[in-house]
Amino acid sequence: MTGPGNSQRLENGSPLLEVSELVVHHGQLRALDGVSLRVFPGEVYAIIGANGAGKSTLLRTISGLHHPSGGSVLFDGQDVTRLRPERRATAGIVMVPEGRRLFGSLTVEENLQVGTAYARQGPWTIERVYEMFGWMRERHGQRTAQLSGGEQQAVAIGRALVANPRVLLLDELSLGLAPVVVQRIYGMLPQILATGLTVLLVEQDVSQALRVASHIHCLLEGRTTLEARPADVTADQVEAAYFGLAGTMSEPECQVRGEGEAGGARRRAGDTARLPGGTSPAGASQPSERSERGEP
Amino acid sequence: MAWVNAIIQGVLTGGLYALFACGLSLMFGVMNVVNLAHGDLAVVAGYVAIGIIAVTHVPVLASFLIVVPVMALLGYVLQRTILQGALDRSVLTTLLVTFGLSVVIENGLLQFFTANSRAIGTGLSLVTGSFKLGSQIQLGYLLVVIFATAVVVLLGLQYFLSRSKYGRLIRAVADDKEAAQLSGVDYRHVFGIAAALAFGTVALAGVAYGMYSQLQPTTGTDTILLFAFAAVVIGGLGSLWGTLLGGVVLGVAQQIGAQINISDEVLAGYIVFLAVLVLRPQGLTTRRAQS
Repeated sequence: MTGPGNSQRLENGSPLLEVSELVVHHGQLRALDGVSLRVFPGEVYAIIGANGAGKSTLLRTISGLHHPSGGSVLFDGQDVTRLRPERRATAGIVMVPEGRRLFGSLTVEENLQVGTAYARQGPWTIERVYEMFGWMRERHGQRTAQLSGGEQQAVAIGRALVANPRVLLLDELSLGLAPVVVQRIYGMLPQILATGLTVLLVEQDVSQALRVASHIHCLLEGRTTLEARPADVTADQVEAAYFGLAGTMSEPECQVRGEGEAGGARRRAGDTARLPGGTSPAGASQPSERSERGEP
Repeated sequence: MAWVNAIIQGVLTGGLYALFACGLSLMFGVMNVVNLAHGDLAVVAGYVAIGIIAVTHVPVLASFLIVVPVMALLGYVLQRTILQGALDRSVLTTLLVTFGLSVVIENGLLQFFTANSRAIGTGLSLVTGSFKLGSQIQLGYLLVVIFATAVVVLLGLQYFLSRSKYGRLIRAVADDKEAAQLSGVDYRHVFGIAAALAFGTVALAGVAYGMYSQLQPTTGTDTILLFAFAAVVIGGLGSLWGTLLGGVVLGVAQQIGAQINISDEVLAGYIVFLAVLVLRPQGLTTRRAQS
């Protein structure tokens, strides 16, 4: 590996999504502080970080639900920073929100139909979603409240897919789901990518993110601490970026912008980070233990 | 037999009250707007119908074809401008704004039409005509027609909400407007469509009341809005068929009250309203856990 880890990505052409120096405030709190990222077509770009690092805020700002106080979001070269969420969705930025957010009084099929109401032209149809999730066809008339958490997540993904996004934003897919269900949902990712989509996801489960992502971006207290390809970083480097333990970096492949003084104080009892063991982070495949969450 | 007659009259009057109530219920259910100008807008629709009939001499039924679309359009425009602006601040602001709208409309009507009461003359025997059921029960054609209209309107709304694309979007936006935005739905437009539907029913309610009774500038708040509220609360918030049930319960209570003592008509309705509020605040039709 010569040169910076992301030099190969630039050969994919111009970025599909380009976020520059994004600053977002929640009241007095500076939730994002100058975050930049570039997502290239066909990538699986994963944003990782602890609770409150600003991951979801970043995704919600890209989809238009939060207004930045500084910086810009370019989509396919167009500035979409001031566009409303629905205009971004019809332009091709579609998000599966955290907590699924299905329409509870609508049936499974009606949820998908809402997704098609202002859909772009493209390969995804309700029929195709039914082919991917076989059970959904038989249960199309059920209210989504009767579904399990994993099934609801599948409907939420289907609802986003039928809008035929160019970039699919996935916010904490694994939240509140049993590990086996999370595995199954992430197992669908290759099928989704095969239709030409780009995926930008937020994941608190780091080993899961490292397994599926072609590029990772670690946030800590609203700032970028690590940007790299999973193959180019060690578990220690990811851990350092995740908790803000700067100074442990030795490899030149990845840019690390850590804050030393944040230090180990970030490692508090509430943190639910699961870092992969072993020396090869990309190879770590055992499912992380999230049993304390379980099915809702 | 007089009691049976009272109950039948009450049921039929309930149809009129359901017409009052369904728009109020729809706007609350979809966008959380309690439209305090609801009754005044019905009166405006009635006055517009009176004006149209006076100027063009069209039959009453033809005036519906103008008044209903005009009010629906007004609903869309009001929702997209004043009401949306209030909603963007807070749900409470919509209460203030619609209250203000109510005051402005009422005083505007007083200014231009004076406090005299007016009725919508139909020129048909519909209003005065009646038929007999058995020997003692006499039913006015008009009330039967209004009841049938209310049922048809509710069926139509139900069909629209459950089957059409925009009906689906209205329900989706009522559930979670942010999630709808993420699917490319402009919820402001959908709110506008819901308001247009509600105002269409408001127009029907206003003209129907103008034919059934008489309209004054204050009728909107002292009769239509109050009865609409009572019907919605008795029936259950956000439930369309609940408004018919609520209207019928209110109508029957009033007629039974009138049977006991003619001056107790309105009071009896409010006693039932209060009893429901105390004993069953979610309304008679149980549809809990909408989220």
